[in-house]
Amino acid sequence: MRGHSFAYYPGCSGLGTSMEYDSSTRAVCKALFVELHDVPDWSCCGSSPAHTVDHVLSAALSARNLAKVESTGRETVITPCPSCLTNLRTAGHRMEKPEFRARVNSLLDTPCKGDVQAKSVLQILVEDVGLEMIAASVQKPLKGLKVAPYYGCIMNRPPEIMQFDDHENPMAMDRILAALGAEVVPFPLKVECCGASYGVARKDVVARLSSKLLDTAVGLGADMMATACPLCQMNLDLRQEQASQHSGRAYSMPVLYFTQLMGMALGVAEAELGFDKLCVSPDRAFEAMAASTIANKQSERGSRV
Amino acid sequence: MSASFDADFVAQVQAASEQNLALCYQCGNCTAGCPYTFAYDIPVNQIMRLVQAGQKHKTLTCKSLWLCATCESCTTRCPNDIDVARIMDVLRHMARCEGHAPERAVKVFWDSFLESVRKHGRVFEAGLLAKYVARTGRVWTDFDLAPRIIPKGKLALKPHPIQGLGEMEKIFKRFEEQGGCL
Ligand code: SF4
Ligand code: SF4
Repeated sequence: MRGHSFAYYPGCSGLGTSMEYDSSTRAVCKALFVELHDVPDWSCCGSSPAHTVDHVLSAALSARNLAKVESTGRETVITPCPSCLTNLRTAGHRMEKPEFRARVNSLLDTPCKGDVQAKSVLQILVEDVGLEMIAASVQKPLKGLKVAPYYGCIMNRPPEIMQFDDHENPMAMDRILAALGAEVVPFPLKVECCGASYGVARKDVVARLSSKLLDTAVGLGADMMATACPLCQMNLDLRQEQASQHSGRAYSMPVLYFTQLMGMALGVAEAELGFDKLCVSPDRAFEAMAASTIANKQSERGSRV
Repeated sequence: MSASFDADFVAQVQAASEQNLALCYQCGNCTAGCPYTFAYDIPVNQIMRLVQAGQKHKTLTCKSLWLCATCESCTTRCPNDIDVARIMDVLRHMARCEGHAPERAVKVFWDSFLESVRKHGRVFEAGLLAKYVARTGRVWTDFDLAPRIIPKGKLALKPHPIQGLGEMEKIFKRFEEQGGCL
C-alpha cells in the first residue's frame, strides 16, 4: 500500500482551543498511512486580524511559513484550519504577481518563492487517500448516527482561491461521513458564517448566527454536528449556552471535528481523539448509536429465525 | 447631505483592491447573502454605492467595516465577479490609517492578537484575552465560559514561543518603517 507524505501546518489554535482537532487529525492520518512533517519552527499566519490590517503584512506572515516548507523541498503543505488555509492560499495566489511578491519578501529574512501549494486536511483525505480507502479502513461503522455536516464560510470560498469542492453545496465531508457509515442529514447552512472571531468583542452577533445553525441542526433531527473549523467549533460548542440564552431554546448539540468521528470509526484509541475536550459531550449520542446497533442486530437475528 | 465626490478616494480603493467599482449595478446580492447585515449600520451594497460616489468620510467612519467577517459570501455571489470582501478589507485598512474605529472593541481584539503574534511568534490565547480585557477596561464579558473551558485544559497558561522571534519582530518593524499602519 502506497502512503502519502505532506508538510503539516497545525495552526495556533491546535496548541490550545482546538487541540483535539490537531490530535485527532494526526491520529487519523497515521491510521491512513499519511505521514505529516511539521513545518519547522512555524509561526502564526496572522489569521483574520492580519488581513484586516494590510494584505502585504498578512501575506508575509504566511510566506514565512511557505518559505520554511520550500526549504524542506516539499511541494504541498496541509492544514486542518480553514482560516490558516485561506491565508496560506491567498498569499500564494497574490505572490504569483512578481511585484506583490517583492513587497512581501521585503519584509522577510528568507525570501519566499511562492511555489508551495497549501491544501486542507479534508481535501487530501478525499482526493489523495480517497473514499474507498477510508471506507475499507472502517472498523466500527457509525451506523444510525445522524450527523449534520457544517463546513463554515471559508473552506470553499472564494472558489478562485480555494479551488476545492462546491462553493454553495460542498460534499467532501458528507462523503467521508457516509463512508464511515453515518447517516448524513442534508444541512442547508453548510457554508453560512457562524460569527467567526467576533466571539470575544461582539458575542451578541455570534450568539445570533450560531443559534440559527443550531436551530437548523435540531430541526433536522441531527444527533450531532461535524465541523472542519476551529472557530466554528468553538462558537457552536463552547458558546452554545450563550446561543441558548440568546434564542431562549436550550440546546444540547454535540459539535465534533470530522476527524474525531473518523478516528472513532477507524478504531483509533480514544485518548487521541479528545472527546473529553468538548463542552457538549457526545456520549449520549454514541450510546444511542451503540444501543440501536445492538437492537438492529437482535431484530436481524429475530427475523432470520 | 452628502459631501462632494472625492475622485482620489475612488482611485485609491480601485488600485488597492484591483477591482473595478463601476461594475457594481446595485443588484443587492451581496447584502442579501451577508450574515452581518442585521448588525451593520450601512449594508454592504450601499457601501459599494458610497465608494462609487466618492463619499470618503461616510464610508471610512461606518461600523460595518469593523464587523465584516470576510466570510466571502458577497465575493462568491456577486454576478459581476467583484471581490467585495477585498474591497471591505481595503476600506478598513484605510479607516485604520486615518484613525477611525467605531467598533473599538473589535479593533482592540485584533490589535492584541497581532501583538501576541509579534511577541511570541504564535498566538498565546490566554495572554491575548488578558490584554484585551485590560485594554477595553471591560470585565471579561465571557466569564460564564471560564468554568467550561478551564477544566478542559485547553487554554495554555504559557506561550509557545518560536525560535525565529527576531524574524517575526523584523516583519512588523519593516512594515512600520515602510509606512504601514498598525
Ligand atoms: S452583488 Fe456585486 S453588483 Fe450586486 S450590489 Fe453587490 S457588489 Fe454590486
Ligand atoms: S465578506 Fe463581509 S461584507 Fe461580504 S458577505 Fe461576508 S461579512 Fe458581509
